[in-house]
Amino acid sequence: MSEAIPAETVLDVRNLQTVFFTNSGLFRAVDNVSFSVRRGETLAIVGESGCGKSVSALSIMRLVPDPPGRIVGGSVTLEGTDLLKLDDAAMRGIRGNRISMIFQEPMTSLNPVMRIGDQIIEAVRLHQKVSSKEAWKQAVDMLRLVRIPEPERRAQEYPHQLSGGMRQRAMIAMALACRPALLIADEPTTALDVTIQAQILALIVDLQQRLGTGLILITHDLGVVAQTAQRVIVMYAGKKVEEATVEALFETPLHPYTSGLMASMPAVIALGAESDARLNEIPGMVPSLTNLPPGCAFAPRCKLAIDRCRQEYPPLSEVKPNHWAACWRAGEIAGAS
Amino acid sequence: MFAYIVRRLFLMLVTLFGISVIIFVLLRVVPGNIVDILFDAAGFVDPADKANLERELGLSQPIVIQYLHWIGGLLHGDLGYSYVSEKPALEEILPRIPITARLAGLALLFSASIGIPLGVISAVHQGSKLDYALRVVSLSGLSLPSFWLGLLILMASVSLFGTMPIFNPNPKTWIEALTIYAVPAMAVGFRSAALTMRITRSSMLEILRQDYIRTARAKGASEASVNYHHALKNAVLPVITVIGIEAAFLIGGLIVTETVFNIPGIARFLVEALRWRDYPIVQNLVMFIAVVVVVVNFIVDMLYAAIDPRIRFGD
Repeated sequence: MSEAIPAETVLDVRNLQTVFFTNSGLFRAVDNVSFSVRRGETLAIVGESGCGKSVSALSIMRLVPDPPGRIVGGSVTLEGTDLLKLDDAAMRGIRGNRISMIFQEPMTSLNPVMRIGDQIIEAVRLHQKVSSKEAWKQAVDMLRLVRIPEPERRAQEYPHQLSGGMRQRAMIAMALACRPALLIADEPTTALDVTIQAQILALIVDLQQRLGTGLILITHDLGVVAQTAQRVIVMYAGKKVEEATVEALFETPLHPYTSGLMASMPAVIALGAESDARLNEIPGMVPSLTNLPPGCAFAPRCKLAIDRCRQEYPPLSEVKPNHWAACWRAGEIAGAS
Repeated sequence: MFAYIVRRLFLMLVTLFGISVIIFVLLRVVPGNIVDILFDAAGFVDPADKANLERELGLSQPIVIQYLHWIGGLLHGDLGYSYVSEKPALEEILPRIPITARLAGLALLFSASIGIPLGVISAVHQGSKLDYALRVVSLSGLSLPSFWLGLLILMASVSLFGTMPIFNPNPKTWIEALTIYAVPAMAVGFRSAALTMRITRSSMLEILRQDYIRTARAKGASEASVNYHHALKNAVLPVITVIGIEAAFLIGGLIVTETVFNIPGIARFLVEALRWRDYPIVQNLVMFIAVVVVVVNFIVDMLYAAIDPRIRFGD
């Protein structure tokens, strides 16, 4: 959509590696993952629980709890600065200012003993030298921007006086208060009612485009991806297994895991159509990250797996122009479609 | 909120009435009164003399009349006369209150100002050597009886400085005044400090796991702001409860501490009066302590509402 404007890269993540040291051993929560986000673009990160999508986001923010987690390699370049090389104070200057994050649980993500307005003010005043009066005005303006009715009154209220949807709007207001270059939304609608979900998504996308923010949308919901994102990366067991534009991915998924995810999506059944159709499921379970098979991590669950899959990990390769997949048989799949 | 305060104040009155009945009955259930104690020491006595004295002190009246007499006087500010000194009970009790109040206040201040920061530090550095060291200190605080700690402090100060803090009702310098009160206050407050520290630590550990702490970090808040501004304000609620309960327990600790340090406060006076079955002193003193405890509880509840908006806007 914004192809005419020269695409400006906001965030560039290269070979990111985040590991966790646990009692049952070391596991690679994020293993050599690379991706980039351009200004005004939405990149979706998709995968099952525990595939490393949230840890990727926390790694960008450098908020992975240490111990047990640690970023051991790669680079995270935001607007030309490698965040992994910054000291703690400089990193605090980035958080909430150049990168913001919205979390899954609006019910628990706001401090229950602070007024909504004060929580937004804090985000403003940590990064801008403004008077508290000016900051309060900005906070009310932000609440108005996220379409909270009666923002002056709501700013005075505490989180428990707001509904889940309102709280998530307040979180968005707080995240965007400093006009960040990048917004990370980690399952922002998962905890909300279905009717509210669409509103919140539409709000995020609308504000993102208006403010020209790069957006990383973390989700397990492919429906959300189709509605909002321009590009998608699919993660499995800590690795990126596929990357493509939304159109290309939905048209021809090249990794069997992506196909499996799509087949397991419930479709709305038309009236009169057969309603006893069973949803497809991917057999088996996500492997334990401390005990990964030597070859492709998805091989034990994959219908198309051949011997090579169980022995050698397939490298990520550009199977079609701008469509990358990590599968030995991606070429065959692309040819067959 | 206003209705809540009114209801709370009414409940306080009911509680105090209940306490007054319990004090009064329990005191008379304890075998022997002052007349028995006086005459026991004298060997053979004329039972008529005994009966005379009991009548004089009003001890021969039915217990209900005695109770009404006491409560009636109390409501008019007449606390009766001490059996032992024969001075008005009010004159005996009042001058002792500031002494114990200073001790108790300093002890609570000590326990909060030591216990809360150390608890936060211990939680923030969970699992570190510092955390283990602090936990050992707090465990020792819970295990050491305050009288023994008091004796240790006295012995240590004698062997180190060749002197020890002796109570002086008219200290010359503020340093002297501070040592007179601070040393016993620390001896009695060490336990509360240890308890406060443990509660702060566990409460902080719980809060630091919450999602809104991650939100605060994601905003770019510094560690100090996250720990003290975002986390402690939420974690301090159970700590306040504990300090409130400790304020009541403190009276028990002060009895021994005032004895060990030879301080003429109300706690030691209460035990002496009890030994003589000096009813006017004991029942009025216990009633006074009960009022203090009930008021402290009320303050704790108000603090809760002040800190936590979910309680403030609850009804």
